[in-house]
Amino acid sequence: MNKLLASVKEAIEKTGLKDGMTISFHHHMRNGDYVLNMVLAEAAAMGIKNLTVNASSIFDVHEPIIEHIKNKVVTGLECNYMGGKVGKAISEGILEKPVVFRSHGGRAGDMENGSSKIDIAFIAAPCADHMGNCSGKYGPSACGSLGYAFSDAMHAKKTVVLTDHLVPYPLKDSSIAEGYIDYVVEVEQIGDPTRIVSGTTKITRDPVGLRIAALAAKVVKHSGYLKDGFSFQTGAGGASLAVAKYVEEMMEKDHIKGSFCMGGITGYLVDMANKGYFETILDVQCFDLKAIESIRENPKHQEISAMRYASPAAKSAAVDSLDVVILGATQVDTDFNVNVHTDSNGYIMGGSGGHCDTAAGAKLAIVVAPLIRARLPLIVDHVLCKSTPGDTIDVIVTQRGIAVNPKRAELKEKLVKAGLPVKDISELKAIAEEITGVPKEIKRGDRVVANVLYRDGTLLDTIKNTI
Amino acid sequence: MRRTMLFLPGNTPNMLVNGDTLGADTIIFDLEDAVSPDEKDAARILVRNALRYQSTDNCETVVRINPTDTAFWKEDLKAVIPLKPDVIMPTKVNGAAMIQEVSAYMAQVEKKAGIEEGTVKILPLIETALGVEKSFEIASADKRVIGIFLGGEDFTADMHCKRTKEGKEIFYARTRLVCAARACGIEAYDTPFTDVEDMEGLRKDTEFAKSLGFAGKAVISPRHVDIVNEVFSPTEEEIAYAHDVMDAIEEGKRQGKGVISLRGKMIDAPIVKRASQVLEMEKAIYGGESYE
Amino acid sequence: MKILKNAVAGTLESSDLFVQIEPDENNLTLEIDSVVANQHMDAIRAAVLETLKEFEVSSGKIFIKDKGALDCVIRARVETALKRGGVQES
Repeated sequence: MNKLLASVKEAIEKTGLKDGMTISFHHHMRNGDYVLNMVLAEAAAMGIKNLTVNASSIFDVHEPIIEHIKNKVVTGLECNYMGGKVGKAISEGILEKPVVFRSHGGRAGDMENGSSKIDIAFIAAPCADHMGNCSGKYGPSACGSLGYAFSDAMHAKKTVVLTDHLVPYPLKDSSIAEGYIDYVVEVEQIGDPTRIVSGTTKITRDPVGLRIAALAAKVVKHSGYLKDGFSFQTGAGGASLAVAKYVEEMMEKDHIKGSFCMGGITGYLVDMANKGYFETILDVQCFDLKAIESIRENPKHQEISAMRYASPAAKSAAVDSLDVVILGATQVDTDFNVNVHTDSNGYIMGGSGGHCDTAAGAKLAIVVAPLIRARLPLIVDHVLCKSTPGDTIDVIVTQRGIAVNPKRAELKEKLVKAGLPVKDISELKAIAEEITGVPKEIKRGDRVVANVLYRDGTLLDTIKNTI
Repeated sequence: MRRTMLFLPGNTPNMLVNGDTLGADTIIFDLEDAVSPDEKDAARILVRNALRYQSTDNCETVVRINPTDTAFWKEDLKAVIPLKPDVIMPTKVNGAAMIQEVSAYMAQVEKKAGIEEGTVKILPLIETALGVEKSFEIASADKRVIGIFLGGEDFTADMHCKRTKEGKEIFYARTRLVCAARACGIEAYDTPFTDVEDMEGLRKDTEFAKSLGFAGKAVISPRHVDIVNEVFSPTEEEIAYAHDVMDAIEEGKRQGKGVISLRGKMIDAPIVKRASQVLEMEKAIYGGESYE
Repeated sequence: MKILKNAVAGTLESSDLFVQIEPDENNLTLEIDSVVANQHMDAIRAAVLETLKEFEVSSGKIFIKDKGALDCVIRARVETALKRGGVQES
């Protein structure tokens, strides 16, 4: 049996890629990914049209997809996150069919339950053997976890592994096993290593961000969840990672031993685990070199799939056991609904990722964000896109105060008692507008450019075109 | 309560707008060193507008003006005094005459703006050898003076010595300033710790300043605010003890006792004074809510 | 006050604005480019016009690049530029 093919073109031919099919990609190569562009360029050259691309995320590096959309090579797009460059073109209405946005858990779940069908999955693999056993932990384009690629491999009708680091059979520590893989293609490079991960992920130096993080950590402490067995997830950006630093200080002071940390993993969380603050790291995606090294070497550090991470179709997922998650937001409305899909002008520049999954699963979902960004208040009457439903968000932390979801009266009482600056969300909104003036609501067109699906597959919101 | 006095550069809108959210008890809008000579006009107008339009929450506001040997300081005062900042910080103060000159000009501006004379206070920055030697004279120069503040960087330059983290070279200046301030019944505030990254060094330096009798410390980085606040705040034990002292006094009064003791020690006037200071700080810090 | 010479004030940093003024005897030209134009253009324009009125400037060219400055910052930057570029009419 020979799975090893000579080129992407041969893979396209062998798998029988035809007009109208759905192809899928994962985003572990992040903004350094070459594979999505490579496959689409080849398909375009071969005259294939009318493809639906289901990528776990679209980054700015995928800008060439705009041309493929114009040329009708791509007529459908599904993803969990979309960077600003492609997002702008989509917002302006370049694609006739609305984009389908899912969450990380929702994408895995929809593949599991069959509502999202993939004809051919193209999996960028930093190392693989010729039978398709593959992993993200080794090779020049190492990305660590391959968490988001598992569902694609398991549920696509055909699966192609693309690698730039072919090793002798059998790859000793494989993530995705050969049983799911139809073909293997060796290519020169699957990505730009300098853009796949950051060298190190650093905690923000922005004083306001740090202030917000310190307040959020106090919320964690006084919520009562910070005790032995504590489980925690936080992002790598803005104030989120800084929360981990302050939480660590509290765990040190009170001798607390946590159970697991999860999510996109950074060197900072690895250090916390190694210092004994967490027993286990559940890693669906690595953000920096230290995280990659750790997932390779450290037995505490487990790779998990998107299903295990957050799928609502699974019998249980790790988010269901999560105590606290720290989340971001571009807008929050007075019902606590959060927008992470668009900017304040309605342009797509993000997506749920695991936002709504973790908010739904975690016992305490905290949004950290500055109350004002360049004259735009965080809190609005209606978010431009409902990415995460307000009834799954517990607390909003800003530098000028904390709002607690009225559904969590007991939590509110605890935080007030601890002397934290708890305010009504409409009061926070008024404080911001006092400073910025009341912003005008922006006008948008009538065309739906994206449907935002909740993690269970139901329609949560639509995004209209910008004008 | 001025545990922390945070310097904010006078010509940076983002910092001015968010300065009151950074946890400092006092924010200092800096028109002096943080502003280049050709932006003095812009910073002055910006700070004036920030004082006019921005809420500063629960922060005390100080404006650091340019030295009296420059052309800027009167313009600075003319612009900001009508907006009633809490305090003006004159720099390189080396004697009572300088304070009196500033105070007199402030009085003129206050009068013109229809503000009661003496509304805006003065916190002199002492940062020269002569200033340190005259610290008592400065502290007692004018009724507007609410404290004195040591600037270690310029002082060591003037002393022809190297500024170190250990700070042995400013030991004399520190103790001299605290003594001068206490002799006049006002507070002394310590020079900032300038290594933005060294949190342990900051804590040590702050603890040392507290041990000398300083009431607070200036900070040049928002990231220093929490540690300095913590060091200058009463500990949980101190707060608990202060409550016990007050309770014992209440109890003693009820029982008509002349001499009251707590844990085998007589409670005398200094202990009561200290306890009430601690409780005042507790109220200021925790807003009267019980702290757990 | 009359704009006598070209002048600038402010920066292009977030929450600030950059204003550039030029003399023009006859007309008032006001061009505003703002990152928050959709939400706040009316307020920005009003703040600029009020400041011009305060200094009795009725003609000149004024170009603004706004990075989300608050009203008090807008007024400060415009005032600074006017004071740099103009003198009080006697």
